[in-house]
Amino acid sequence: MSAVTLSNIEKKFGNFTAVHPMSLEIPEGEFVTLLGPSGCGKTTTLRMVAGLLDPTKGEISIKGRRVNDLPIHKRNLGIVFQNYALFPHKSIAENVGFGLRYRNVSKDDAARRVKDALELVQLPHVADRYPSALSGGQQQRIALARAIVIEPDVLLLDEPLSALDANLREDMRVELKRIQHRIGVTSIFVTHDQAEALAMSDQIVVMSDGRVEQVGPPEEVYNAPASEFVANFLGASNILSGQCTARENGTVAIDAPLFGTVPVPAEKAPNIPGPGAAKLVLRAEKLQLVAKNAPSDGLISTEAVVETVDYQGQAVRYFVRVGDTQLQAINMIDTRPFAEGDTVRVQFRPRDCAALPGA
Amino acid sequence: MGWPLIRLWAILVYLFMFLPIAVVVLLSVNASQFGAFPMTGLSLRWFEALFNNDAILRALRTSLILGSLTAVVSTTLGVLASLALVRYNIPFRNAISTLLIAPILVPEVVLAVALLLFLQFLGIHKSFTLLLFGHVIFTLPFVILVVQARLVGIRRDVEEAAMSLGASPMQTFFTITLPLLTPAVAAGGLFAFTISFDDITGTLFWKPGGVETVPTQIFAMLRNSISPEINALGTLMIVITAGLPLLGLAISRRLALRRERAGQSE
Repeated sequence: MSAVTLSNIEKKFGNFTAVHPMSLEIPEGEFVTLLGPSGCGKTTTLRMVAGLLDPTKGEISIKGRRVNDLPIHKRNLGIVFQNYALFPHKSIAENVGFGLRYRNVSKDDAARRVKDALELVQLPHVADRYPSALSGGQQQRIALARAIVIEPDVLLLDEPLSALDANLREDMRVELKRIQHRIGVTSIFVTHDQAEALAMSDQIVVMSDGRVEQVGPPEEVYNAPASEFVANFLGASNILSGQCTARENGTVAIDAPLFGTVPVPAEKAPNIPGPGAAKLVLRAEKLQLVAKNAPSDGLISTEAVVETVDYQGQAVRYFVRVGDTQLQAINMIDTRPFAEGDTVRVQFRPRDCAALPGA
Repeated sequence: MGWPLIRLWAILVYLFMFLPIAVVVLLSVNASQFGAFPMTGLSLRWFEALFNNDAILRALRTSLILGSLTAVVSTTLGVLASLALVRYNIPFRNAISTLLIAPILVPEVVLAVALLLFLQFLGIHKSFTLLLFGHVIFTLPFVILVVQARLVGIRRDVEEAAMSLGASPMQTFFTITLPLLTPAVAAGGLFAFTISFDDITGTLFWKPGGVETVPTQIFAMLRNSISPEINALGTLMIVITAGLPLLGLAISRRLALRRERAGQSE
């Protein structure tokens, strides 16, 4: 039985459709991420699961029980908000123990559970302080402790890392995943950050303009994007319009400009049934710059001129020009990066490409 | 030229504002028969006379009861109205908000006469309840303005967090929203009390026969003579209307300080 089931839920605000009918099954214990740019409907979807918004149509079930008409305080959910939302007039212990007041938990039991939760988030010594005395990262850990101490059926995380600064965000990401894994709670995580989504999720639901673009595990969404939107939202991609000429023997032959015929593995072109218009998706990390006279090693390659060099420390992002087309490449730095104006070869392996239907 | 003159000017302005009050306080402890200078000696006899004057004591009691009830009714209605206006998407929100604030903008005399005529039209006689009703009308805007400002600053997600943890909307209001609103509710209540306690215009129109508040009592006494008792009563009113907000401020400072200390302790 799945922990959360969304069946054709839709949300309209007046004439505006924030979420087009979508369905989703979330198995028990999974960490599912709703990923997309702001305004894509991910937070609206989360708020419908939470009971903070009523779906216009469709059904929401939690642990097999229809919850459409169940108010938020009876849904047994833990929610972690972007801005922590701790109660400023209550001590940390009172904050964490708040949900236990509305459950049949004895005083001793509650105190023990609060203590355990604080230990789980590695802040056992702050119980008597008030939220204003804690840093942002600490406050978010307390918010997490408060949400999980009630042993919720589902943990909802609404951009919980966005308010933290960059270094802290990566630490918290690891920490959050560790805690979720340890207690095994089914989690729905909302973010616009592709790195967070890729690092933490069992399944990623990519959304855009209120529609689900693709659902799948991180590697699948990353390596075999189902649409141009997904290809561009998760990392940088070069998309070349071409023609599919054949689909046979586990490969799909794409006739692309600049590179001639590229045999793409069939599993990375699931939506191309046979010959017709197609697009070649070439990830920026998979496009390698080498010296002009280097041997091609059986890779597909062509000559290019470096236009822009965007130095990033351990990696460098190049914009190169091949004829009228600009391509993007992200390469690890081996010795020293190429300079602007250098003539180089750009090369890639066909199996690193994906293909999408359409012109 | 320049700063010394401006400084002198500022001092003169303050003297002009506060000297009359100082005179009242000073003369209230004057031993002389007449409420005027020169002072003939220090004495609390006028305060004594005040507390033996039944009419004044009755008026003081009426004012305190009226002020307290006004504060309670105004803050209750004010909090409910603010919640509706800030938290719920009610139709005609702006119109309702303007209507509720309007009594501040309408001259009090106009409001007083209008309410009186309206009651006459309805055939309702003046009573203490109606006097209270009148005071609530023109103290309500102050409460709403203060409470609304505070409520806007209380993040919605704090209430949502409480509900997600199992608190019903009612429990959320009493455990989260109201405690966070307390400073504004207290300030609004103090406003309502002092405004009601000080009011004379509306009260003169609305009070039923035989009922006097402190301001109307002073007004009545002044018609006969300027008794030194009035100075004593004036001093008492100053202490109440200036002292209460100061006391409130001191208490809220204390509470804030204590929380801060608790926050810093290990």
